[in-house]
Amino acid sequence: MGAYLRPRHLEDALAALGRPHTVLAGGTDFYPARVGQPVTEDVLDIGGIASLRGIVATESGWRLGATTTWSDLIEAELPPLFDGLKQAAREVGGRQIQNVGTVAGNFCNASPAADGVPCLLTLDAEIEIAGQQGHRSLPLSRFIVGARRTALMPGELVVAIHVPRPQHEARSGFLKLGARRYLVISIAMAAATLEYAGGAVTRARIAVGACSAVAQRLPLLEAALRGATDASSLADRAHPAHLAPLSPIDDVRGSGAYRIDAAMTLLRRLLRSVAP
Amino acid sequence: MKVAFSLNGRPIAWDGLPTTRLATALRQDLGLTGTKVGCDAGDCGACTVLLDGRQVCACLLAMGQLTGKQVETVEGLCEAAELGPLQHSFLAHGAVQCGICTPGMLMAATDLLRRNAAPTRREIEDALGGVLCRCTGYGKIVDAVLAVASPPSIAPPPAGAAVGSRLPRVDGVAKVTGRDVFGADGIPADALWIRVVRSPHARAQFELGDLAPLRARLAAVLTAADVPFNGFGIYPEIKDQPVLADREVRYRGEAVLALVGARDAVLAVAEEDIPIRWMPQEPVLGLDAAVAHDAPLVQADKPGNLLLDGGVRRGDPQGVFASCAAVAEGIFETAFVEHAYIEPEAGWAQRVGDRIELHVTTQTPYMNRDEVANVLQVGPDAVRIVPTACGGGFGGKLDLSLHPLVALAAWQLGRAVACIYTRPESMAATTKRHPARVSAKFGCNAEGKLVACDVRATFDTGAYASWGPTVANRVPVHAMGPYAVPHVRTWGEAFFTHAPPSGAFRGFGVPQAAIAHEALMDELADKLDIDRLEFRHRNALRVSDATATGQVLGHSAGLAQCLDALRPHWRKAHAAVDAFNATGNTAGGVLRRGVGIACMWYGIGNTSMSNPSRMQIGLSPAGTLTLYNGAVDIGQGSNTILSQIAADAVGLPVHQVALVAGDTDLTADAGKTSASRQTFVSGMAAERAGRDLRRQILRLANSGPDAALSLDGATLVVREREEVRSLDLGTIGPLIGEGVFDPPTMPLDADGQGVPYATYAFAAQMAMVEVDIELGTVKVLRIVAAHDVGKAINPTLVEGQIQGGIAQGLGLALMEEYLPGRTENLHDYLIPTIGDVPEVECILIEDREPLGPSGAKGVGEPGLVPTAPAILGAVHHATGVRVHRVPLLPHRLREALLARRP
Repeated sequence: MGAYLRPRHLEDALAALGRPHTVLAGGTDFYPARVGQPVTEDVLDIGGIASLRGIVATESGWRLGATTTWSDLIEAELPPLFDGLKQAAREVGGRQIQNVGTVAGNFCNASPAADGVPCLLTLDAEIEIAGQQGHRSLPLSRFIVGARRTALMPGELVVAIHVPRPQHEARSGFLKLGARRYLVISIAMAAATLEYAGGAVTRARIAVGACSAVAQRLPLLEAALRGATDASSLADRAHPAHLAPLSPIDDVRGSGAYRIDAAMTLLRRLLRSVAP
Repeated sequence: MKVAFSLNGRPIAWDGLPTTRLATALRQDLGLTGTKVGCDAGDCGACTVLLDGRQVCACLLAMGQLTGKQVETVEGLCEAAELGPLQHSFLAHGAVQCGICTPGMLMAATDLLRRNAAPTRREIEDALGGVLCRCTGYGKIVDAVLAVASPPSIAPPPAGAAVGSRLPRVDGVAKVTGRDVFGADGIPADALWIRVVRSPHARAQFELGDLAPLRARLAAVLTAADVPFNGFGIYPEIKDQPVLADREVRYRGEAVLALVGARDAVLAVAEEDIPIRWMPQEPVLGLDAAVAHDAPLVQADKPGNLLLDGGVRRGDPQGVFASCAAVAEGIFETAFVEHAYIEPEAGWAQRVGDRIELHVTTQTPYMNRDEVANVLQVGPDAVRIVPTACGGGFGGKLDLSLHPLVALAAWQLGRAVACIYTRPESMAATTKRHPARVSAKFGCNAEGKLVACDVRATFDTGAYASWGPTVANRVPVHAMGPYAVPHVRTWGEAFFTHAPPSGAFRGFGVPQAAIAHEALMDELADKLDIDRLEFRHRNALRVSDATATGQVLGHSAGLAQCLDALRPHWRKAHAAVDAFNATGNTAGGVLRRGVGIACMWYGIGNTSMSNPSRMQIGLSPAGTLTLYNGAVDIGQGSNTILSQIAADAVGLPVHQVALVAGDTDLTADAGKTSASRQTFVSGMAAERAGRDLRRQILRLANSGPDAALSLDGATLVVREREEVRSLDLGTIGPLIGEGVFDPPTMPLDADGQGVPYATYAFAAQMAMVEVDIELGTVKVLRIVAAHDVGKAINPTLVEGQIQGGIAQGLGLALMEEYLPGRTENLHDYLIPTIGDVPEVECILIEDREPLGPSGAKGVGEPGLVPTAPAILGAVHHATGVRVHRVPLLPHRLREALLARRP
């Protein structure tokens, strides 16, 4: 049987990571991967480190501690910038999962269908990583390097997510498509964060999930949206060519062609809903 | 590691491996088996408990995380032996069927109600969305939570008034308190465990290496060589499925070895320590591969991979199609469907002298007994089956699963031996609904009367026969639908493939066939410009009609009444749908609504085969009235129904009926819980048993048939007008009444002519859907279900069967597809959640069946049969797309919608 550590302080956790441990937080990915199997590896449970949990406003934006749960997020008082991420939170599993599953665990697991990732990409989330040598930070887009793969190095731990304060008034949204109402893995999903000034879009950040190995931002669409002033013109600006970064596969949930088609529909609907 | 936490308000000091799941610790170490495990993966919510007041899955929590926390389980809901209001409400509303999801539902609802004492339907759905229920269709659960502040008070019915009353389940208290003992709940602490090693290949030869090192570590390693008779199967002459595969495997998930030992020891065996050399071969997958002229044989002695075929022939359909005013035809395909009962297979065995005793979750104790005896090569009397509570069956717990393995190991080792399937194992190893390809052609005359039908239903029966012959026999009898058709040719055939054995699943192939005949009814009606309901009404089988097998229906054929009852709903729905579609809608016209209708019929009990039930009811010298009931209640409610029937037949109040259920040593054979037969067949046996006991009592009291009985301790009072006689049961000695019923049928001849069933259930359902044209998603908005049940012995339970069947029919239509190796869990294999099943209105038609108890027929399977075709008809109405393949996943509908456009 492996070791089990549940330190109270980050330094102790980092010290433990001097040798390999599987990091455990909400357990919502850890245990499903071990159905019918004993736990034999060394486990580092970071759930006891109080400083890793919770959401605070900082000078530059907001800091979401690594063990902040989906329910913590849903219940937090946050500006409309976070509406999309909160919508995603409500679509993660059922309440049981939301109550223990963590926002950071979702992208550390790096599933192509991770519900939190598209929103965090559109929030320009920076991932704060701690290691024995100190802290470093990576944009989420560079943190996830492939399906089920991250840039986390041995000995490192994600400690927080930083969401920068937008320059202008911002709105965000999220749409998820699944084959049933609850407890469903996304067929496709779309997230948008738009900043407005003077009734026009000054900055758009758009991402689509479950349509490529890693959720993708859509820079061409983002550029096309700049300057748009109303809902229908926003949606009209979305064009299939903007989906070039996507490379969906055929699987049990849907065909690749369908995913592209659905992503376009989700994007247009989403853009209508986040218009000023 | 020592963990101190609070459990239901009491301090607990637990010690063990800190990565132990809370669910495991509760059940194994702390003795609280009320928390159920359905998947160990957070997919089903059965293990929902409260952690610091919030609902969580106990299967996803490490014990190491619990220090200082507060945990609440279902056992904490009624510490003082008094049921809480939510538990009361669940019972009163019939929100409990098998009960396996009930603790999780109760805890999720408790979390909600503490935050929000008067939640809306939507809030309830959001809060309970993480708990799957496979029995109820969720409607009564929502009702129970909505009405928790004022649950209906249901007075116990007096003597003679139990039949027809909405009596709460007689076994319900155990289910809402977590005290009911399911397959995994009563395992002795010192039992050895079995871990089954299964084939990762659909088809392979294999060789076993040296098992000695493994055997040295474990109590035993069982192989095919250890099985006295290594074959089992439903039919006496087809024992084709090995208990443990012998050098060859025929489907992914087939059992190869049984590792027997201490639980930790069998789990700790690494894959690389299991010496099997696999030689995979190209599998035969799907019907086309099975019937290819050069197809390898799945079973060496089954040429052409054909298991069985046969059909019904009446008149000359081919000769009259040409003269039909309208003809419709099509090919319809369905997938493997998984039962997905929330309780995986579980049980244990122990040797008691020269007998073997099994405590297992099952639908058919007597068949299990005979099959286990045959595998062990002992007499049936040497085997005792004690059914545990069954956490859902739907046909999937009719076949043997772990029974022969635990029996064999316990027999050989002289120790109690247990086995619990994991969710992926349950899905990979056990039977499925037959995938079907139904080619159908129907013709009618200018008046819209059906004239001819030709249906060929081809089934993928998987690697072993299981219930394949039953499906292939039942479908031809039903494939023309519940309509009077003079010229009929139907054919059913089943082929072997290297897939999981297809077995029994609620409807035995009839739901697949209904998708075909109902689509064609729509098409014929449309061609003749006749309303789809009226077209069906015109053709509905009625009393004195002859069926395609030449059986003249003497009574209780209430389809036309069902359609009459639906008509106002149908018209109203059409008006609503037309208005919605005409005025556009807030989503810019991308939402289209439609309404569909479908009918069904279903023969109750076995097809042209004897299927008797024997019931006994005893009155002891101490005055205990006991129903000895061998019919297994798998959640559908037979314990309650049979108690109601027996109580009224005796003439004593139902609350005085105690129950001994299902134990092969203590009860007589009531036959299988399948084929919608227990209310009709065992119900009639219970009625006869009750009447028999009553006759004996009246004879002792020398009273006439109308005397009223009352039981007070050991004194039985018999009142007849002014005359009152007291019988002292202590001096009379035990009385026992017995009743047997075997529904009268006649064999089918070579042309399928005969009387396959003594009676038929009929139903018509209407579905309203909303299709998102751009995404291809379908939301079912409403279902109205009119069912001719003969007599509703317990309307609440009848509605529960209908609503639960509808939820499964919705899954069949829209989301369920089992793909070996790809959807072997409850997050890739989707069953409807509480947010997917609409409100269902049930209309009960009671066209009395004189053969049945108080006129009752069966309702277990009928609820499911018309649902998928009603939904698909509504999709067609909404979009013009006629679906030929289910499940209608969003991408399939979207592709069809795109193809429809120029």
